[in-house]
Amino acid sequence: MSVWTDLQGQEPVVEQLRRAATVSTPNHAWLITGPPGSGRSNAAIAFAAALVCEREELAARGCGVCHACHTVLAGTHADVTFIATEKTTIAIDEARALVNKAQDSPSSARWRIIIVGDADRMTERTTNVLLKAIEEPPPRTIWILCAPSPADVLVTIRSRCRTLTLRVPPVADVAALLIRRDGVDPAMAEYAARTAQSHVGIARRLATDEGARERRNEIVRIPLKLRDVTEAVRAAAALVDAATAEANSSNTERDATERERLLRSLGAPESGPLPAALRGQVKALEEDQKRRAKRSITDTLDRALTDLTSFYRDVLLIQLAAVGAGSATTETLARVELVNRELASNLVEFANQSSAEDTLVRMDAIATVRRRVTKTNVAPLLALEAMAVSLLADRPD
Amino acid sequence: MVLIQGPEEFLAARAVQHYRARLRSIRPDLERTLLDASTYSAGELQNAVSPSLFGEPKLIEVGSLATMNDAFLVDALEYVSAPDPDVAVVLLHGGGVRGKKLLDAIKASGAPLVECHPLKRDSDKADFAAAEFRRAERRIEPAALRSLIAAVGSSLADLSAACSQLIADTVGPISVEIVDKYYAGRVEATAFRVADAAVSGNTSAALSALRYALATGVDPVPLVATLAMKVRTLARVFSAHGSSTAIAKDLGMQAWQIDQARRDMAGWSAAGLARAITVLAQADAEVKGAAKDPVYAVEHAVTVIARAARSRTR
Ligand SMILES: [Zn+2]
Repeated sequence: MSVWTDLQGQEPVVEQLRRAATVSTPNHAWLITGPPGSGRSNAAIAFAAALVCEREELAARGCGVCHACHTVLAGTHADVTFIATEKTTIAIDEARALVNKAQDSPSSARWRIIIVGDADRMTERTTNVLLKAIEEPPPRTIWILCAPSPADVLVTIRSRCRTLTLRVPPVADVAALLIRRDGVDPAMAEYAARTAQSHVGIARRLATDEGARERRNEIVRIPLKLRDVTEAVRAAAALVDAATAEANSSNTERDATERERLLRSLGAPESGPLPAALRGQVKALEEDQKRRAKRSITDTLDRALTDLTSFYRDVLLIQLAAVGAGSATTETLARVELVNRELASNLVEFANQSSAEDTLVRMDAIATVRRRVTKTNVAPLLALEAMAVSLLADRPD
Repeated sequence: MVLIQGPEEFLAARAVQHYRARLRSIRPDLERTLLDASTYSAGELQNAVSPSLFGEPKLIEVGSLATMNDAFLVDALEYVSAPDPDVAVVLLHGGGVRGKKLLDAIKASGAPLVECHPLKRDSDKADFAAAEFRRAERRIEPAALRSLIAAVGSSLADLSAACSQLIADTVGPISVEIVDKYYAGRVEATAFRVADAAVSGNTSAALSALRYALATGVDPVPLVATLAMKVRTLARVFSAHGSSTAIAKDLGMQAWQIDQARRDMAGWSAAGLARAITVLAQADAEVKGAAKDPVYAVEHAVTVIARAARSRTR
């Protein structure tokens, strides 16, 4: 058992981080990239633990049991700061606070470590605030940035960092992790890892939450039900409603708790109107919560679109495997690794009713709406309606 | 017995209100019963008209006659042949031929008929508004009246609400300046006018309404949102089967909105709807920053929508 155990399937990167943690002067800025769910933040935290681990023998660094390892993993180590945002972007004030913190020397550990979990969620202005600090950090400070891909981080920052890239872990490794860490039954673990397309967090939720499995089932069956424009706009509305409901259910309770905690810490009266002096702070919290709600709806939609894409990905694989054979049959299936194995016969039928070009056009339509929904401020419902219309079996054009 | 017939919901609602108020002023203990002819089950009408224990006077309001079911038709025909003179029955028929036999029987019985036709021409709307002001003993300048119709005239309910607001909020003769202060550039009104013209296939009216809207400072973003809402309703209703009431319930809308959508749908095709939705999503992305010329993006969308509204081949 060590801090590296849960990074199953990422052996090449783990090897490099393990070695880097034992040298006397490690690189002072790191960029860890990898697809969502590959464990970027986990790798960053494990690396931080190994850097400050109390064990003397170098090979044992990142032991996972000493006080330092323990507090890093728990998020309470005084010299290790982790920042991630649940909003759309990291605020410039938060970046300034980080830069100030980076100037302090470590209080007890060998290093002061600052981890930015969402380095892709910064405006250019915010990034520039960090740039100076990352270019010339104090001798005992190490920065670890995480982002989906190097291209998501401004080149000025990227060029200062040593970049490590996590891969999509093999399904078997994710399943093994679910079995070992979460006690999931092997058949369920395989299903969850496969349908989550190796996204560790999503796989865990699918394995442990029946509601999440049902929602996914609904989404991947959408292409089978799309027959006309009325069904298309209704399917789009159902997707947005489901995402909103899911986001709200996870946020409502937390919002109320946070508000209560804030009011208590401000010493607000139990009842009656809020004193004017406190209103500003409550309002700021509400704004934060609103931004968080928006991001969680966007994230949920993004996930739904990934699931939807997996249907067409499977169809495309079947179509390509059947090239030269006339049409796809159950034999074709033996040659492809399907994400949605449960839908195999539907997928074959669907593959035979359209061409690989059609499938690519549809995948492209989903990619367009994903980009619009996650990167711009478009109305999600309208964007999804346009997507659903372009997925129609009988393109009405 | 009174028959209120015609598609202008606002006038119909007002007629019912008027009738109810008059009965109440004579008999404050009036007992009112509401029935829906589209979800009616046999015997409801007979139940409702039968005398109550304490002999209160009765008013029975029956809605949705335009989509009445057979059970209602049978019971109503029977009732019309021998109406109870002590019971007031108000029947609301939104238009169309459903239940023609019953309508003819009611008219033949000599029951009063209130016709609620939509006011299509601006001069009719102006007469309507002028009457509102006259009733309140207020004067409005002719130019102000025109300005008011232009701003909120697309819906009679809006127009009536605007008249009430002006009457309540101002003193003295109502001038153009006052009307403009209240309603010029009113986003919903102008945006709806653009959308109404576009989905009915009237390209030139839609474009001129759009230019007017943009010239009075309406932001393209709510314009696109309004167009999208209108087209969305058409798409949701397009291949839905069943009564307006059932679809309305399914979609969480009002039956009259479904009827309106069905009228708007006349020239539309499935392909046209798909094109309209695609161009609107594109325009939404463009007015929110993707394009250098957001005005062009909306104009293009309006043109495509108006053309799509005439895409059904016959
Ligand atoms: Zn340790």
